[in-house]
Amino acid sequence: MSARRILAVARAEAILVRRNRWLVMATLIMVLFALALSLAGSAPTGELGADMLTVSVASMTTLSVYLVPLLALLIGFDAIAGERERGSLGLLLSYPVGRGEILLGKALAHTGALAVACTIGFGVSGVLAFAISDVSEAALIALMRLVATSVLLGTVFLGLGYLLSAGAAGPGAAAGLAAGVWLVFVVLYDLGLLAVVVIDGDGAFSRHVFPWVMTANPADAFRLWNIAASDTVAIASGMGGAADALPRWAAPASLISWPVIAFLAARAAFRRIEP
Amino acid sequence: MSDPVLVLDNATKRRGSATVLSEISLDLTAGTRLALLGHNGAGKSTLIKAVLGLTRLDAGRITVCGAAPGSAAARADVAYLPEAVAFHGALTGREQLAFFARLAGEAPKRCGTLLDQVGLAAAADRRIATYSKGMRQRLGLAQALLGRPRLVLLDEPTSGLDPVSRFDLYRIIDGMAAAGAAVLIASHALTEVEARTDRIAILRDGRLVADDTLAALTRAAALPIRLRIRARAGAAERVAEALGGTRVNGASVELCCPADEKMAALARITGLGVAVEDLEVTPPGLEDLYRYYSKEAV
Ligand SMILES: Nc1ncnc2c1ncn2[C@@H]1O[C@H](COP(=O)(O)OP(=O)(O)OP(=O)(O)O)[C@@H](O)[C@H]1O
Ligand SMILES: [Mg+2]
Repeated sequence: MSARRILAVARAEAILVRRNRWLVMATLIMVLFALALSLAGSAPTGELGADMLTVSVASMTTLSVYLVPLLALLIGFDAIAGERERGSLGLLLSYPVGRGEILLGKALAHTGALAVACTIGFGVSGVLAFAISDVSEAALIALMRLVATSVLLGTVFLGLGYLLSAGAAGPGAAAGLAAGVWLVFVVLYDLGLLAVVVIDGDGAFSRHVFPWVMTANPADAFRLWNIAASDTVAIASGMGGAADALPRWAAPASLISWPVIAFLAARAAFRRIEP
Repeated sequence: MSDPVLVLDNATKRRGSATVLSEISLDLTAGTRLALLGHNGAGKSTLIKAVLGLTRLDAGRITVCGAAPGSAAARADVAYLPEAVAFHGALTGREQLAFFARLAGEAPKRCGTLLDQVGLAAAADRRIATYSKGMRQRLGLAQALLGRPRLVLLDEPTSGLDPVSRFDLYRIIDGMAAAGAAVLIASHALTEVEARTDRIAILRDGRLVADDTLAALTRAAALPIRLRIRARAGAAERVAEALGGTRVNGASVELCCPADEKMAALARITGLGVAVEDLEVTPPGLEDLYRYYSKEAV
């Protein structure tokens, strides 16, 4: 691994992200949704005991679970399949750069782009809250946690996107699989769990296994992390229960190990490719 | 004699039931320009990809400057121009070249000189998507000049280039060879290759059917020399009878003879005196040679 080569890849990729408008579109989408949620949540919420920014953070956490994985998959699915389809992969691989280095370089640029979109999008909501009401220190910390964990959630799905990109037959197939991955992790997983809990009632599964199975999903780990870390956010989102059943390290551990696992899997798939 | 830069030892590659490369043994020393010829699908590109380590062999061995193909050491010593070179359309020529320079461990500063050398200075800051096919090919050539390659693999480098650019390309190739690089050129442009390479290798259906200098291949093939005699008006019949050739378009007679009988044939022709108006001697060209080697029964 050489930092020089990783940075070279990241640099070229950063230019591409800017030129293909992904960065502008992603930032715009984040800003629009964050603004909409902040304004919708600015109605009096005194009875819950949460200030305006806290309420916004709670609703933006839910938004982030849907949007960030989508944006990350949209940029990740093309990373290798696109190069292969274009016919530029063979030349790239003739250079003394490792496949892991190529992936890391792309991940660096893409993560940076996600960080820009999340910071600006959620930041706008913070600025808005600051302008029209008081902002508590706890709410500010919750907002920063939201930005940081959103980027981390993004890297999970970047890694999964690279994995699909390296494993699929072409960009079209990778795009289809990316939609499937999004659906499974963000929607179907929770629906499945919900069904099991409904059947199980207050049984052993619901009390002991369910929280762990839930944390194993990075999207849920993201949600739990943000909720467990802030009592007020938990109250505002009404989702304290599952978070309380787990040790504090569970959700962060899940969300931090997922990008590593996804990246290693992507590298293994990439290594098997003949351009 | 220096160690060969590239060694292929019984290299074999199968794809499904087809054998795309069949027990190919070949070596290439520093400063040599080797032309790799062969029909479409003969295995030229596959051979180059195997040397790059992009495809794995099923049997046999390849070494590049003593290292395994595709290893970091081998890749640092090799430059490659793919047959259908493609880049990111959204990058400018300069950005794309600077990217490759950084990967090759060279200062991006040299990119300006290289772009100038391939005639892209004016288009350097335009997006590659706006380049013509030939301009893209030249950018491909510029990136092959990066670093200090000891082995240069060019897959149909002249495709899409205009005649002047082709000439420039071969001058650049000569320069690389003179600087000590071994150059392998896969090509269909026989006349160019004939004049600008030191050795010729011919692939047929994945088998190496020829690998030698042009002179040696010509000698080994012992192809006939073609003599075309133009007879004076009315004398064509008599000339054809006397020489035993075939008549073509009325006034001319064509005759083929082995190289070592050329002088005797010339003597007989001059013996016909004024009946002969003109004489044209055509030695077998690379095209005849190519035909001979790529059709020869195994
Ligand atoms: N990725 C691949 N999968 C399956 N078969 C392949 C693949 N690449 C090449 N082949 C087959 O291998 C054989 C050799 O192909 P190759 O590209 O090396 O030919 P070539 O000599 O470069 O031809 P051309 O002059 O047309 O470029 C062909 O029969 C081709 O169909
Ligand atoms: Mg080819």
